[in-house]
Amino acid sequence: MTTTDPTGRALMEGSEALVRAAIAAGCRFFAGYPMTPFTEVLEHFAALLPDVGGTCINAESEIEAVGMAWGAVATGARAATGSTGQGLALMQESFSEATLAELPLVIFNMSRSQGDYFQATRGGGHGDYRHLVLAPQDAREGIRLVQLAFHLADKWRNPVMIYGDYLLAHTLEAVEVETFEFPALPPKDWAATGERTGTGAAVSVTPLGVAKHGQPDDGQEGRSQWIATKMPLMEREVRVETGHCDDAETVVVAFGSTAKFVKYAVAQLRDEGLRVGWIRPVTLWPFPYDTVREVAARVRVIGSYEISSGQMVDDVRIGAAGLAPVEFIGGVSTDHSGFGLGRLLDVDEVRERIRALHTGAAQPVVPGYERFTYRPAPHQLEVTP
Amino acid sequence: MSDLLGPVLDTSAAPVTAARIVEPRIPRLLLTPDHHLCPGCGEPLAIRTLLQAIEDLGIEQVICILGIGCYTSFGANLDVDLVQCLHGRAPSVATGAKRMRPEAAVFTLQGDGDMVNEGLQEVLHTAARGEHLTCVLLNNGVFGETGGHMTATTVIGQRTKNTIEGRDAEYHGYPILIGDLIARLEGAAYVARGSVHNAGAVARTTKMLRRAFETQQRREGFSFVEVLTMCPTGWFIPTGEGPDYLSSTLAEVHIMGELKVDGVIRTTEELHAENVARAAELEAQLARGGLES
Repeated sequence: MTTTDPTGRALMEGSEALVRAAIAAGCRFFAGYPMTPFTEVLEHFAALLPDVGGTCINAESEIEAVGMAWGAVATGARAATGSTGQGLALMQESFSEATLAELPLVIFNMSRSQGDYFQATRGGGHGDYRHLVLAPQDAREGIRLVQLAFHLADKWRNPVMIYGDYLLAHTLEAVEVETFEFPALPPKDWAATGERTGTGAAVSVTPLGVAKHGQPDDGQEGRSQWIATKMPLMEREVRVETGHCDDAETVVVAFGSTAKFVKYAVAQLRDEGLRVGWIRPVTLWPFPYDTVREVAARVRVIGSYEISSGQMVDDVRIGAAGLAPVEFIGGVSTDHSGFGLGRLLDVDEVRERIRALHTGAAQPVVPGYERFTYRPAPHQLEVTP
Repeated sequence: MSDLLGPVLDTSAAPVTAARIVEPRIPRLLLTPDHHLCPGCGEPLAIRTLLQAIEDLGIEQVICILGIGCYTSFGANLDVDLVQCLHGRAPSVATGAKRMRPEAAVFTLQGDGDMVNEGLQEVLHTAARGEHLTCVLLNNGVFGETGGHMTATTVIGQRTKNTIEGRDAEYHGYPILIGDLIARLEGAAYVARGSVHNAGAVARTTKMLRRAFETQQRREGFSFVEVLTMCPTGWFIPTGEGPDYLSSTLAEVHIMGELKVDGVIRTTEELHAENVARAAELEAQLARGGLES
């Protein structure tokens, strides 16, 4: 149960805020399989969906969860599934085929780190596809982005992913779950409701491009071309936030919860008089390449702060297009279990790494991480000719 | 003119009754009987039987969840709202569809490779949850689409491209009697195994499919019908021998009959024992001088 304060805000964990936002967006079906740190998203859907006439199925596997959501979406309902990176890996075949079938599926990814950036933006599945990926920095923003996700999914008939993490899912915030309005969308006349059975105009929701008898058959070639030519249009949905980039000499790119730490650390450094700034991609795909390019044209150096071995940095380099050097200043950082947060998600750590980037000093070594540093054996030191 | 070649019909006057026009027996939900499947394939027959059963019950709102196999191409022929899904995933997709559209009759079409190999846990879980939908298995004991490879229902001794000397239990393991697994699950309300290798089997299977959809309409639980289908191409036999081959191999193991009705389970072994007893009784009658009525 949640209690609201006089301003209408209620203290709730991020998972609950995201789930309430999904329900506000009209989501009436969810299927998932418990896995840390996504589990609470499933719990809140299970608790809240029946109250609005919806259904939450505790699927027997991630593969079954995404299948169930596929079926619900195909009938025209707003529906979602989710997991963490490992569970999403099991769903990849369905994700890529669902994209070919143009299913407006929403995916809640409560990742264990930012090392699932490639999985989210490049996709681990087969074939040519992209998902719109929205990365809220906190629950407050998540409430809006979740509703946007359902809108964009229907608008483009394409899966949309919410990329969150342990911190977003579990941090308690005082929030108000507002319902956001979006432009009207056309009716889902493509959906398989069963109502057109026997009319001579039954529909087919298919990734294969196989048409009904008597209708033009696009085949797999036509289907793939159709999706490929939709992608550039979807790229216009890019969303980004920037701070202090007008006069900055050093700019740091970061997304999600990490960006919130970066923004705070940058503010501290600005107080010291350092000309630093930040770029926060709100959409990971499409990535805000144009913004990075504009900034790269006038700064000395760009850093990518991510909790991984360096994945988004590839996109930052594409965006910078050689106009400014791009350095990776984040790193792998987790707790002992691998589920939670490590030492790099700490304002002092973040600030000193940005400072080192700005001053050109070597990146500080994180205390306690020395023993995890790989020590090559003698036979590994020489590059094999 | 010899008598032999003389008229056999009196055409000097108009017939008393008008000529009877025999309607083609094409189910209303079939857009065309033409298809791209091999000659002798049992799948079009099984699907027509299924459509006939839906039509017999007067069900209007229908959603088909289609798996991946030879029958996938036949989906183009169905005047049924269709959701094409991945290999093995149809029961889960059907679950989501049925939960959101409880007023529609939802059925899946899967082959033995799709359901019993790739998606075994999906059909079992869907049955255990007692989802109010109907899963239809087209079982021919081979991966037909890839060119005749062993599946989890291939019978012992059957030659396939990857059991070239015949399926050997020691080496390849035993076939799964999927109907028996499903029948044991509390959520399963109706389970039957039919076939389309002769007219009698088609008539029996139509009844089974009707009962399955009635079970769904009455929301009594999960319903399942397995239909044995001919695959002369994948069995590497002449087209015309399909029905006999089915009867003497697949149907000897995957025995036709109702495996669960009104909560009463009959195992495939029991169906087999009944068949053996019936054959013995017929033999005895013949020995006594003729078949009794």
